[in-house]
Amino acid sequence: MALTGLDIYKLLPRTNCGDCGVPTCLAFAMKVAAKQAALDECPHVSEESQEAAGAASQPPQKLVTIGSGDRALKIGNETVMFRHDERFHHPCGIALLVNDTDDLDARMETVRSLSFERIGQIIDVDTVALNCASGDGEKLQEAAGRIQTELSLPVVLIADSADKLRPAAEGLSDGRPLLWERGGPSDALVELAASAKLPVVVEGDLEKCDADTQKAKGAGVEEMVLCPGEVSPLETLQFLTVTRRATLRRTYRPLGYPVLVRAWAQDPVQQSLEGCHYVDKYAGIVVLEVDSPEYVLPVLVTRQGIYIDPQVPVQVEAKVHEINNPTETSPLIVTTNFSLTYYSVLGEVEASRVPARILTVDTKGTSVLTAWAADEFGPEQIKDAIEKSGVFDQLGEGYRKPIIPGLVAVISGELREELEQEVIVGPKEASGLGRFLNNEWPKLVG
Amino acid sequence: MPVPDVKEKFSGVVHAVTIGATSEQGGSRTRTVTIGGETGLPMLSFEAEYPHRPAFALEVNTAGADDWHSQARKHVGEVAADLEKWAARCEEWGADLVCLHLDAAHPDLGGRSPEECADDVKRVLGATGLPLIVWGADVDEVDNNVLPKCTQAAAGENCLFGTAKEANYRTLAASCLADSHKIIAEAPSDINLSKQLHILLGDVGVNVQNIVMHPTCGALGFGMVYIYTTIERGRIAALGGDVLMQQPVVVNMGKEIGRVKEATSPDEDAPQWGKLDVRAPLWEAATAVGYMEAGAELFIMRNPEALQQAKTAVEALWPKA
Ligand code: B12
Ligand code: SF4
Repeated sequence: MALTGLDIYKLLPRTNCGDCGVPTCLAFAMKVAAKQAALDECPHVSEESQEAAGAASQPPQKLVTIGSGDRALKIGNETVMFRHDERFHHPCGIALLVNDTDDLDARMETVRSLSFERIGQIIDVDTVALNCASGDGEKLQEAAGRIQTELSLPVVLIADSADKLRPAAEGLSDGRPLLWERGGPSDALVELAASAKLPVVVEGDLEKCDADTQKAKGAGVEEMVLCPGEVSPLETLQFLTVTRRATLRRTYRPLGYPVLVRAWAQDPVQQSLEGCHYVDKYAGIVVLEVDSPEYVLPVLVTRQGIYIDPQVPVQVEAKVHEINNPTETSPLIVTTNFSLTYYSVLGEVEASRVPARILTVDTKGTSVLTAWAADEFGPEQIKDAIEKSGVFDQLGEGYRKPIIPGLVAVISGELREELEQEVIVGPKEASGLGRFLNNEWPKLVG
Repeated sequence: MPVPDVKEKFSGVVHAVTIGATSEQGGSRTRTVTIGGETGLPMLSFEAEYPHRPAFALEVNTAGADDWHSQARKHVGEVAADLEKWAARCEEWGADLVCLHLDAAHPDLGGRSPEECADDVKRVLGATGLPLIVWGADVDEVDNNVLPKCTQAAAGENCLFGTAKEANYRTLAASCLADSHKIIAEAPSDINLSKQLHILLGDVGVNVQNIVMHPTCGALGFGMVYIYTTIERGRIAALGGDVLMQQPVVVNMGKEIGRVKEATSPDEDAPQWGKLDVRAPLWEAATAVGYMEAGAELFIMRNPEALQQAKTAVEALWPKA
């Protein structure tokens, strides 16, 4: 059954070329043994080795690629039920539902607008679920082609029969659309997907998915995505949990695929909340019909959070960041190097248009109060950071007055003594910084 | 090959904790609320029991709501100067409980005396039939002066009082014992700290079954995921049989929403985020349902609209008992 790292190592070329993205063959073998990589991610592995390793070397949950190029969506290959056991690896796709009868220019503009910068990352709707509302396969192909070329985003094609999917599947197979025949896949779709080498959705309850994936695999379909269909949010969540458990705990490969779900609620608020749930609990793709930012953003932010590696603090470099070209009379803002904290502060400083410096103290990527409570953001650490950075040398005599977050006002006295300089206590929330820098700071250095 | 049976049986159970007492039980509440009792991870009714739905409390604050964000103030603004009206309105808004925050006892916020705070508690109890949570001012000395008077004032009502912290639990524990109330044990974002605190509370006579735990919390996108994981890990330990983690979880999340720009920035500052009157309640509801997914069962919220949204989501999600 399961191969050890050493078993796998013996099957590799042992050249340590690094093409697999891991420095050595042994390290790569360990990853395969831990089911974090597939053997065929080594481009040099021989066919004999692959056969020898057989299915045992494959991660239990298939990695499925939808779309092509930079924006291809890779889902699946998850290794744990709970993020604290390791981490979740492949952020799920958030797909917007579009009909091929819609005004496509307008819809594509909507998709483009659902992109936000948050904590230094872009979070966006990254998939389009294109429904054949026209009932015309040619029309679906035309719309899908435009979306692929103009948005470069992966597409899920939805229709009620295989023949409606055929033109797009055959004509656009390079763009690797995911084929979703409602209630499918029928034999015709399986054949189509096998010959076009495209991923397909297998829709139905557990028993049907179990049977259908085996049938499709037998017919030559490699990449599949499960879907529970239109069932209640509770049943959807349970489907997501059971398929993931069967895959990871039992290595049950017929259910070893990522899952596509749609948030079906008609009420936009409830649809958005459903989306958040599914993102947290194991969805591979979440299809939304709501398309205004107020409903989509919580789902995107939920995804950004749950896929953070809990082992690696999300942090920025600890240093002096220069904002809006500061001079020797510009304020010095002190904060931590937790990304969330830094970017909250940065956003406000940028918006204030006041040239400033932000000193990020190395708190191992923790927030202001977390760091303060853990003794990483006290007077000593702040003093050290100020001295090491040499930032006072860039400031005029009367301007060496660091501004500290209002939440740690209690340290101001001690910090003043340590630094032998005046210390200014800023507002508690970064949102107060704009007003503070524009109105109060000038008076304080006046 | 049949689909494998992946049901899991756990040895541990989350304690069921009841808050409130009706007249038969020696109190004056028109109903009681029970949380906890689950025998599995959230909402997996194919393998576990979910006897009680998560419950939702609305915050009523003795310091008023002037510093609340605009969308929460929009609802509570007209009653925020009158605790009794405010509490009564919570019932109309669909809250399962009222959570009275005693912020005005804070020296910076008026320093209301223990007697005045006790009177606040009494008045709120008189204004609503809902079970009551009472939350101190989060300053140790203040809480130690104020809370014992309040537990007394609410004797017989089986309230939930908070918070007991590792550095400050004795006074509140003693007064909850004396006046038969449930207690919130607060330990920031760490399972071992929680367990430690539950041991300490046990040592002074608090039955672990009378504890609801508060791991502290952050809003969606603002520290939430760390606490989500803390709660989830704690719940797995509880179900695995760790009696020190078998307490239901409360999250006092209303005030955290106000810190999130996406939830509170005016439309003109942030047109790219969409309509504020939708964003604000939805952000709070999304925070609640996220924590529910991790295992929390009691939510203290500020925005009545968000409470209704979260309750509707629970209707669709929570297994029928
Ligand atoms: C998430 C979290 C954690 C996460 C840490 C995540 C991280 N990377 O930081 C985890 C679970 C790991 C954690 C651990 C601990 N935590 Co913790 N944690 C939180 C929580 C819930 C949210 C923190 C957060 O992300 N805030 C969001 C960020 C953006 O806020 P921020 O950094 O303060 O920045 C804001 C402002 O300060 C301001 N600002 C920032 N810089 C500047 C600069 C200037 C000049 C100005 C004007 C403004 C400004 O702008 C930002 C936006 O407004 C809070 C409770 C809460 N709701 O705040 C507790 C909290 C911070 N934790 C606390 C504690 C005690 C701990 C522990 C020490 C507990 C323990 N186990 O021992 C540990 C520390 C472990 C360690 N050694 O690192 C306490 C701190 C108590 C206190 N008052 O000092 C808190 C407040 C909980 C509580 N109520 O008790 N925690
Ligand atoms: S790509 Fe293959 S041969 Fe090269 S280091 Fe990786 S495992 Fe070894």
